[in-house]
Amino acid sequence: MVYFSSWRAMQIVMDIDMKQFVSFVSKEFHHIFRDRTTMAILLLLPILMLILFGYAINTEIRNTRIAIYDPSNDEATRAIAEKLDASEYFTVIKYLNHPADVELEFLKGSVQMVVSFSQNFYENMTRTGDAQIALITDGTDPNSAKTVATYATSILGQYQQEKFRVETIPYHIDTHLKLLYNPQMKGAYNFVPGVMGMILMLICAMMTSISIAREKEMGTMEVLLVSPVKPLVMIIAKTIPYFFLSLVNLTTILLLSVFLLGVPIAGSFFWLIVLSLIYLFVNLSLGLVISSFAQSQLVALLMSGMVLMIPVIMLSGLMFPVENMPKFFQVLSQIIPAKWYIVGVKKIMIKGLSLSAITLELGILLGMAVMLIGISLKKFKHRLE
Amino acid sequence: MQKEKVIIVEKLTKRFGQFVAVDNISFEVERGEIFGFLGANGAGKTTAMRMLCGLSIPTSGKGLVAGYDIHHQSELVKRNIGYMSQKFALYEDLTVAENIWVYGGIYGVPQKEIAKRTDELLQKLGFESERNALVKSLPLGWKQKLAFSVAIFHRPKIVFLDEPTGGVDPVTRRQFWEMIYDAADQGITAFVTTHYMDEAEYCNRVSIMVDGRIEALDSPQNLKKQFNAQDMDGVFQQLARNANSNGY
Repeated sequence: MVYFSSWRAMQIVMDIDMKQFVSFVSKEFHHIFRDRTTMAILLLLPILMLILFGYAINTEIRNTRIAIYDPSNDEATRAIAEKLDASEYFTVIKYLNHPADVELEFLKGSVQMVVSFSQNFYENMTRTGDAQIALITDGTDPNSAKTVATYATSILGQYQQEKFRVETIPYHIDTHLKLLYNPQMKGAYNFVPGVMGMILMLICAMMTSISIAREKEMGTMEVLLVSPVKPLVMIIAKTIPYFFLSLVNLTTILLLSVFLLGVPIAGSFFWLIVLSLIYLFVNLSLGLVISSFAQSQLVALLMSGMVLMIPVIMLSGLMFPVENMPKFFQVLSQIIPAKWYIVGVKKIMIKGLSLSAITLELGILLGMAVMLIGISLKKFKHRLE
Repeated sequence: MQKEKVIIVEKLTKRFGQFVAVDNISFEVERGEIFGFLGANGAGKTTAMRMLCGLSIPTSGKGLVAGYDIHHQSELVKRNIGYMSQKFALYEDLTVAENIWVYGGIYGVPQKEIAKRTDELLQKLGFESERNALVKSLPLGWKQKLAFSVAIFHRPKIVFLDEPTGGVDPVTRRQFWEMIYDAADQGITAFVTTHYMDEAEYCNRVSIMVDGRIEALDSPQNLKKQFNAQDMDGVFQQLARNANSNGY
């Protein structure tokens, strides 16, 4: 009889908690669905970002205007100029007659690169191996200058290889550039993982922290704290809608990148999803941690904007390669979850590597998730003294 | 016949470091009573109320709310009380019916019962046509009434009202107090903090806190007699004059 009644009591407690949970989660969905503008923005954001990165902020080069200074004017120099012109990257718009014209062209801004050959180019190339080409670029925009030079070097390399195959003369080869995994140097290979890292973080961390801060601002948090809702129920209920929204966005991004941008999923789809799910948990708990500091929506927004967005854009390798950063920032970038996620996604999605290649990334993200969930739970309980 | 005691507080104390926010207070509240909990800002009434709601753990002393120990059974305390604060604490972006549904669900009221009580409630308030209106579109006074109705929707034994009438016009305040009386008639004890001394007159009994201690506790009538004051404001002024916390 005693056994029976305690079982009943337990059932009632479980029953109430489940109902609590259901009404809480559906409340959160109501908040999101009611605010149509925000929901539309959240759903369209990945599409917008992919288009922006894919077409507007294009780091690829196409039909770059170049000029050529060619005092040799021989078989080799003409072939190289033709090869540059024939490529989709460059258009030769001018032949210069005098070395002094080089700077003039840059000052006018009519070209982005000048290819300058040395005297007696062909002869030197075949005999002494001392043929020289100067690639002169506009350093006011170092990023695109570097890209343009890299493309040109790659074309010169191709020319040398072709020559080497046809004739048996020992050419002097000084460039050897090979782009693995991304032979066409498509920017999409870099920014698709980056956009994934950014969008998922934005939705999970920012929106979760804002929605909790809103409860504090409106005074509803006080009522919830007095109610029998357990903090854990509240936390999970808060995160579930944004978790689903992120899954929708993840699907959108992957579909767009495969079918519109032509970036295939080279590796295991399963492990890509597992990696993404862990990354989602990291960001959801990051949002919870932020919300325990932020008392208003504005503060939550600023904190997630400043503390999350800017470092992710700057330090995750999305815009600038981590290897080129000063040591301090390289170290700093190690604590940014997005950095690990982006590296992991690149390994699986672009390089097609297997699970063994991303164990480090998985492990670190998992560790971050556990740590942040722990902190947020502790912080949440702490509010109740 | 002695009435049921729904709040029993014995020597309740809360310290924050050296500072004693609530100093050894003791009182009892009966079922169906409207109990006014007065004090200047900083006198410790919010801290005391937080302890009674299970939000804050007492440093020492004992408290029973709705028959449960506030230290060790805060979960059960929370199930049996309602709470409403100066901020309305309704979700502005949800409809009237959705708000009721959410709070009903949080307190574990069964679905069928929620539907039934919602109909009754909306009819009583005359809000039937506002059932599906967003709360943010309602006038202030309506929100207040709705917030109170939501706070007692799960039929709690006690409802804690933390300055419930702040920023509301006198007519709505009057109507609001009628609702409190109504709830008290149904056996729901109301524990009210307020800054309005005329509202203190509406209470069955009033306690006045000064510097963490309860300096006076009786019906408004007896207090006025005891302090030889014309109204509750006079009583309050006499007590608050000696307080350290005055001037907050």
